[in-house]
Amino acid sequence: MAIIINKNTPVLVLGLTGRIGSFHSEEMIKYGTRVVGGVTPGKGGTKHLGLPVFNTVKGAVSETGAEVAICFVPPPFASDAIMECADSGIRTCVCVADGIPTQDMIRVKRFMRRYKAEKRMRLIGPNCAGIISPGQAFAGLMPPHIYLPGRVGIIGRSGTLGYEAASQMKDHGIGVSTSVGIGGDPINGSSFRDILEMFEKDPDTDAVVLVGEIGGPQEAEAAEYIRDRMKKPVAAYIAGLSAPKGRRMGHAGAIVSAFGESAQEKVDILKQAGVHIVPTPSSFGKTVEAMVA
Amino acid sequence: MDIHEYQAKELLRGFGVNVPRGGIAYSPEQAVYRTQELSGERWVVKAQIHSGARGKAGGVKICATEREVLEAADSMLGKRLVTHQTGPQGKLVGRLYVEEATDIQQEIYLGFVMDRKDERIVVVASAEGGMEIEDISAEKPDSIIRSVVDPAVGMEAFQAREIAFSLGLDPALIPQAVKTLIACYKAFQELDAAMVEINPLVVTGAGEIVALDAKLSFDENALFRRPQISELRDKSQEDSRETYASDRGLNYIGLDGQIGCVVNGAGLAMATLDMIKMAGGEPANFLDVGGGASPDRVLKSFRAVLNDPNVEAILVNIFAGINRCDWIAEGVVRAVRELELKIPLVVRLSGTNVEEGRKILADSKLDITTADTLAEAAEKVVAAWKSNAQG
Repeated sequence: MAIIINKNTPVLVLGLTGRIGSFHSEEMIKYGTRVVGGVTPGKGGTKHLGLPVFNTVKGAVSETGAEVAICFVPPPFASDAIMECADSGIRTCVCVADGIPTQDMIRVKRFMRRYKAEKRMRLIGPNCAGIISPGQAFAGLMPPHIYLPGRVGIIGRSGTLGYEAASQMKDHGIGVSTSVGIGGDPINGSSFRDILEMFEKDPDTDAVVLVGEIGGPQEAEAAEYIRDRMKKPVAAYIAGLSAPKGRRMGHAGAIVSAFGESAQEKVDILKQAGVHIVPTPSSFGKTVEAMVA
Repeated sequence: MDIHEYQAKELLRGFGVNVPRGGIAYSPEQAVYRTQELSGERWVVKAQIHSGARGKAGGVKICATEREVLEAADSMLGKRLVTHQTGPQGKLVGRLYVEEATDIQQEIYLGFVMDRKDERIVVVASAEGGMEIEDISAEKPDSIIRSVVDPAVGMEAFQAREIAFSLGLDPALIPQAVKTLIACYKAFQELDAAMVEINPLVVTGAGEIVALDAKLSFDENALFRRPQISELRDKSQEDSRETYASDRGLNYIGLDGQIGCVVNGAGLAMATLDMIKMAGGEPANFLDVGGGASPDRVLKSFRAVLNDPNVEAILVNIFAGINRCDWIAEGVVRAVRELELKIPLVVRLSGTNVEEGRKILADSKLDITTADTLAEAAEKVVAAWKSNAQG
């Protein structure tokens, strides 16, 4: 069953007719993802990749019943697209855009609170690689063949480091139920904790791998949840042990600006919560194998 | 992106924050001219560099005569000022700000930052101004007032009033304090700031609230819609290696080691630096080539890495998703040939089109060491660097 996306989930692509949107949509369809249409304002009524194109997300949702939206809209316009999804009945929006202004994200998060919890859209990203339930479907940028279907969940800030984890696990014969990229921005939609809760409830997931990095409070929040509420085992790697304080390491959110935000502090907090620490980025396979054995 | 104090003050003044009168000077003579323009009896000569703690480092001098102004300006201009925030190499003082001196009765700390837990702008204030916020939170944590602003309405007068009263200000000063707080919030919001810090905000003998110092930094992701802010960039304050790379659209951060890195993805790049360190080496840089990198972009990345004279070995680590290993390999081969690379090079390729990529490297017959895993790559590059350094 996995979480968020499976082979039956109807997926809508925002920015379907663009170069990037087209390329990744074709990959998603090839893998078996049920892409039901796209949205490009002004191109409603046309077809692209054999799929219907709509002017508005509301129009697309009422015609196709789309539940997940993947957003290939450029950063200056991405917050608007996310809010349109939130207002149109989309259940989960995946946003890959890298470079959304922080204040746009503050507005997005405030806007999403207008909806009651049970009606509120789940946002994945921005600045993420997307989500994949291997063997079923994906909404994102990842190379799907590196994931073996299986029963371990992955949550990561970084795309390529998540690939590193998945491919090492594959080399050890360990498969993935769902992999979720939560993105490298300082303000993001779903936190580590939000996705951990979903994996804890998911009958098809036995254990979780968390791929964190320097900056922000989310790894510490995750540690608290793991310690107090989780039964399933968790392994974690934190990138940036050698990162100097006060420097932004590529991701807008990867900067140590407060106590508890350095890699070593996060590792210590997670260790105390009973998490299996992945000591180096080359030992995902070994650590996860030992954890699930 | 950071800007200078005088630029920050000019911007804040536009929103209604009181600042002392002053003028910019690029030479000692101009500094003297500024004092004549300002008139008065005492002036402050302030080195304009992108760093706090300038006072302790000798970058702020109070002067009572034109001769003192001349000497102060002469001692600062053209020198590198080292503060505990600049690192040992310091920052070049290319301009000074000459200000009328202020009669200080009370000092307040005022800061606006984005709080990642609340995901909103938060005001941080303390009646213990003049100290750095890290020291205030270590020594007088109870003096710190935090107040989160609701983005739907912005800062309302009642919220500003609460902060002002909590600071213990004289009731007669409250309207001025409220005006200042609301002005700073507006500046933060309307300019897409990442931080607004006034330290200290002072109460003068004449009963005025004035920003004695001001520090603004900006969200680089929002610069596309803030051209007036982009124009304030001062490249002389940046690491020249980083300026070179950012002018070529590369995501690069200069570090202190000898092993240059070319990696795709920020997380993998950070992890690569960690692995180099664990293998006993020191990374020279962080560099994320990004997704869909062309051979040309790989070549550009090599140029940026080699622009650092300390680089003695290079590690390329690619896990291709949207990237293609064959394009990366083509770029690597071109870089080795065109740049006549003489230092050890280790390349680890994985993911999309990896076989084609490895074939391109092998067929080139160039002296390139390959590795299958990140650990192997890090160990090989550190070993090659060490043996090369000894030989």
